[in-house]
Amino acid sequence: MKKGAEERTSGEKGAAEKGAASGAAGGEAVAGKAAAEGGRRAGRAGRVRPETRWAYVFLLPWLIGLVLFQAGPMLASLALSFTDYDLIGAPEFAGTANYARMTEDPKVARAIGNTVVYTLLHVPLAIILALALALVLNRITGRAAGAFRTIFYLPSMTPYVAVGVLFLFLLNGQAGMVNAFLALFGVEGPQWTTDPDWILMGIVLMSLWNLGSTTIILFAALRNVPRELSEAAMIDGAGAWQRFRAVTLPMISSALFFVVIINTISSLQMFDQVYTMFFGNQIAQQSYGDAALFYVIYLFQQAFQFLHMGYASALAWVLFVVIAIITLIQVKVGNRLVYYEAEEHAG
Amino acid sequence: MTTTEPITSAGRPGSERAARDPAPDPAGRGTGKVFFLTVLAAASVIFLYPFVWLVVASLKPRDRTFTDPFLPWPVPFRPENYVAVWDAAPMLTWLVNTVVVGVAAALTVTLSSAFVAFGFAYFRFPGRGIVFGSVLATMMLPAAVTLVPTFLIWNAAGLTGTQVPLWAGNLFGSAFYIFLLRQFLLGVPRYVFEAARVDGASYFDLFWRIALPLSRPALIIAFVFELKASWFDLMKPLIYLQDPALYTLPRGLKAVVDQFYQGGDPKWEIVLAASVVTTLPLIVIFFLGQRYFVQGIATTGRR
Repeated sequence: MKKGAEERTSGEKGAAEKGAASGAAGGEAVAGKAAAEGGRRAGRAGRVRPETRWAYVFLLPWLIGLVLFQAGPMLASLALSFTDYDLIGAPEFAGTANYARMTEDPKVARAIGNTVVYTLLHVPLAIILALALALVLNRITGRAAGAFRTIFYLPSMTPYVAVGVLFLFLLNGQAGMVNAFLALFGVEGPQWTTDPDWILMGIVLMSLWNLGSTTIILFAALRNVPRELSEAAMIDGAGAWQRFRAVTLPMISSALFFVVIINTISSLQMFDQVYTMFFGNQIAQQSYGDAALFYVIYLFQQAFQFLHMGYASALAWVLFVVIAIITLIQVKVGNRLVYYEAEEHAG
Repeated sequence: MTTTEPITSAGRPGSERAARDPAPDPAGRGTGKVFFLTVLAAASVIFLYPFVWLVVASLKPRDRTFTDPFLPWPVPFRPENYVAVWDAAPMLTWLVNTVVVGVAAALTVTLSSAFVAFGFAYFRFPGRGIVFGSVLATMMLPAAVTLVPTFLIWNAAGLTGTQVPLWAGNLFGSAFYIFLLRQFLLGVPRYVFEAARVDGASYFDLFWRIALPLSRPALIIAFVFELKASWFDLMKPLIYLQDPALYTLPRGLKAVVDQFYQGGDPKWEIVLAASVVTTLPLIVIFFLGQRYFVQGIATTGRR
């Protein structure tokens, strides 16, 4: 993603220079006006061009938001992570106690375990299934492909809370549709929503209903693979699998890498569906303990149920560092693994 | 611009190549196509049937909720469930709240992001690379990191317990939409703006009269995505709203499922009907703006 951005900015420079040239020509026409206002101020404010000043007028909302809702809170949360703060008193400095506590908290270990297991199951399964769907979609003519694409995306238009509710019913161990379906084949399905050993599997199953956007991204990438390449390979005697491995896969590698990253990052932040299904109802929760405890759910509980704002901030920062590392890997490794058409043409 | 970045190039108008002709099919066109259509039809059933089950079960009496799960119509038919759900929970209030908050969130984020995006796309100025870098950087900032301090800000402002925190953060633009709109505006030929400058238009005129109308497709993408995001949001209402009269639909549905799914007095038909009410408007919005959703996903990778 970063790399693409860099390419763009460097590509833009040419345009920028041309733009500046025509800007100068246009600038002369308004120079009269500008000189009247700008001339006086330029003396005091140094050599800030009025255009620059205007640019920052347009960027002002972003800069305010950056300080108020992004960078500021990020630093504040780092500072808070070294304190004890319960909203009532003032924050008390606690050193690294919150981080030390994380390493000893069995719930943190459980939450990390659940989140990682879920991510390791969801991401490969979701991408393999979405890729399979996209490949089949790519073999169908226009209009029908569009209709199927719409159908595959519909689950993604269902609010996560409603998805959670729906799957509470579908995965119901006694009478849910999933187990009724398994029973058709003589299989006795597990207690997906109450058996601690099966809860995560049920959540993975639910997550695979939401393949729509991943399929759309991969389908769009497949459409951009030039037909001639595949045809040339076929003439050279390459079989279907060889053509897929040697032509299609490299051509869509950047899209593939992109969906791996966004699916991983969103899996690590799983909250809505699972919270809807398994939290907020204390009576039900006793039967399965922490089997459905995900990292962000625990963070949320610490912050807004127990008001341990310092501890929650420490949890948040660890998550941030993990996601930052994953993004860095995206930029570094991705650039090496991913095939960029542009480079090939240039070289 | 020779980048092959999928997230930007795939969604650019005109880049969906004219590759609509069917694939060469070595196994004989007829059989191959039948096979692929069968696979897609089977997949469609898997994706659609949960919706069918939801709607059918919501139209049955409670003691029949789980019976005959593969019968695609309700027996016996009990549309009264949809009357009962309005009595059991203030669904209409929640629906109105969701629409108000959603439109406020989408409108503010679209306008503010376009404003900032115009700044990036039009002006050449010192520091542009750094500031735009901050836009790209915040894209990967997980919302969970800023959860606590953001709450403290709204708390200090005395606005917890109101709907303001659900949308007011959008007044300052959002990285994804700024990125999307900037990309779009970079495609507008510069002489269009320069001509207007020569005619004496101010920079605000350029933004309001030229950039905004020209980027309509991208504005609609930003609007529908933010509307959807707001309609999905559970965490912010959980954090900021205590009064059920202010709930949005997701928060309300969570309250309904907590009260009626488990516990002493299960009313499954209420839970199911409330789920349909929560979902249906979005499905309608999707069919109205389908083109923009598909384009938006391919462009930004947002879900």
